[in-house]
Amino acid sequence: MSVAATTPRFKANVHDALHDQRLQGALPHARNFIGRRADAAARLPEFDALRDSARAIKDHTLAHLDLYLEAYERKVVEAGGQVHYARDSEEAVAVILGICKARGAKVATKGKSMISEEIGLNAALEREGIAAVETDLGEYIIQLRGEAPSHIIAPAIHVTRDDIEADFRRLHRDLPSDRDLTQPEQLLSEARAILRDRFLSADVGVTGANFLVAETGTSLIVTNEGNGDLTQILPKVHVVLASLEKIVPTLNDVAQILRVLGRSATGQDMSVYTTLSTGPRRAGDPDGPEEYHVVLLDNGRSATLGGPFADMLRCIRCGACMNHCPVYHAVGGHAYGWVYPGPMGAVLTPLLIGVAEGGQLPNASTFCGRCEAVCPMRIPLPKLMRTWREREFARGLGSPLARGAIRVWSFFAKRPTLYRLAVEPAMRLLSLIGRGRGRFAWLPFAGGWTRGRDFAAPEGATFQSRWRAKSGATQ
Amino acid sequence: MSARDEIFASIRRSLNVGAVDDPRRAAVAQRLAAPPIGIVPRRGHGDAAERLATFRAEAERVQATVAEVAVAAEVPAEIARFLRENNLPATLRFGDDPRLAALPWAETTLEISRGPSEGDDLNAVAAAFAGVAETGTLALVSGADNPTTLNFLPDNHFVVLFADDLVADVESVFARLREKYGPGALPRTVNFITGPSRSADIEQTLLLGAHGPRRLHVVVVSE
Repeated sequence: MSVAATTPRFKANVHDALHDQRLQGALPHARNFIGRRADAAARLPEFDALRDSARAIKDHTLAHLDLYLEAYERKVVEAGGQVHYARDSEEAVAVILGICKARGAKVATKGKSMISEEIGLNAALEREGIAAVETDLGEYIIQLRGEAPSHIIAPAIHVTRDDIEADFRRLHRDLPSDRDLTQPEQLLSEARAILRDRFLSADVGVTGANFLVAETGTSLIVTNEGNGDLTQILPKVHVVLASLEKIVPTLNDVAQILRVLGRSATGQDMSVYTTLSTGPRRAGDPDGPEEYHVVLLDNGRSATLGGPFADMLRCIRCGACMNHCPVYHAVGGHAYGWVYPGPMGAVLTPLLIGVAEGGQLPNASTFCGRCEAVCPMRIPLPKLMRTWREREFARGLGSPLARGAIRVWSFFAKRPTLYRLAVEPAMRLLSLIGRGRGRFAWLPFAGGWTRGRDFAAPEGATFQSRWRAKSGATQ
Repeated sequence: MSARDEIFASIRRSLNVGAVDDPRRAAVAQRLAAPPIGIVPRRGHGDAAERLATFRAEAERVQATVAEVAVAAEVPAEIARFLRENNLPATLRFGDDPRLAALPWAETTLEISRGPSEGDDLNAVAAAFAGVAETGTLALVSGADNPTTLNFLPDNHFVVLFADDLVADVESVFARLREKYGPGALPRTVNFITGPSRSADIEQTLLLGAHGPRRLHVVVVSE
């Protein structure tokens, strides 16, 4: 793992994030995604039908994953590439180090890859004396800062332009101190110039893959900057690092999913560069890598198939769920404490690092349902988070107070008459006391709520009693 | 057991299937042999003139520029004009594509060089394999004719698109690729390019020319 999980300290992370003025200043940028996605979806009448189509394609693929993997592997080999299988992060790292060492590599450039974060590739390369250079602008910025991505498609969304200027001045040794870097354009030019040299001197290029196409043995990346392309066409070796579930049967299937990916992620109909790579340089090709490797990572995904969390394997990493999540908007990505933040991270993290380590994340949801509403692959994220909560409870994890409270509530919830007898007078009382202001600034046993916001006063009768009255009146 | 064998065994255990499973194999073989076309948006469809209008509108939405010329012989003058009007050096690099090599470059003052990019070229031109009306996208294929490095290293990228190669959707490009390279085969690289390079990684501010070209100028040849 590139970063040790701080997920077990989630509550403390959240507290820190909420009181981090700098972070709170940067986080509103994440909300820009909402309008962009909505506009892109509105401009395409077929958008929701395409979501259904994309979901069906992934479900079909996952139900035949072994066979599509076989077909994919055959095609990669036919095109002159090599396929390596890795059961876990350690095996994936070992394969990539082996490829780098065989070439005597000193510099590896990297396209943006969340799997590379998942396996902790940068730290492993650096330990072996190989410089790992992130080339996506956001990834480059956070690598300079020694941080992990706080968003799966906008890794530096927690950073302000002033932070970036300070980092460049601190770490770019040849940067004249009188160079103006106050504008984003100037920061970009500075990073572009530095990275151009690294692209041209790299021995190995590592990219992720948005899709692996069984029909042709192709890996496909979707980017806006062009860094992924420079990473893979300039060095002698191209390593594609991808997890098993990236497989898609055919190019036509890719076309379906691409139409929902860009729109859901950044609100783009198509990202700028959609690049299909099939094997190494061919006879007569004047450029392109001499070696083409694919490292296929399992890390528990094969065991997830067919189980209660199998829906999660449809995820195409667009980030829409976190872009629309009120919890993510409030605390940012780092508070989640591991590689994947937001609702998708809350479901995926316990799968990948265990419920004991990651079990707090599924509690970080208001169950507002926006994540499921915008998920292009229609993953029932709230349902999956609820399943984790049930497991956390069944395994005796979680705070004793919360467990006790749930037990008390469940005792009453299973006895409707008792529940009504207990709740109706309590609500009437609260309503009576709170009538003046309509809300409570403080309530016994609810300090955790009222410290941060007021509690709305009930208006009198409970839902159940009003329903009884209403149906009594209409019958 | 090797990692590969163990992963396949784990998948089959989870799916509760055996390795020999004829109905599943038949379903997979059929999909790969005859890739179904799913839902294709209407946006890109229409006659040639409508497709061109959609292509232009979509490409311009993503900050590409589009010019139309009647015949291929007018391409060099159009590129020279673009460079002049944007105060850019009159240089240009391209590969072995016969459609580009045949053009009357000598009628311009452009300084022409040939071959893949080493990283110090400012301007390059490529001939597109196809264009996609739906999204204003260009499809380029690797090889000596149009080296992939020319698509990314230069600052200003020109792409010549012949009107006959402007299709409605990405699926039509895939059909043309299958026709040219055979079923289940592709050139080393296929680049779908939609507008010039960009990044929004600094405070979500859209900036052009992140690592790839800052400008993308498409010259559509009507002939």
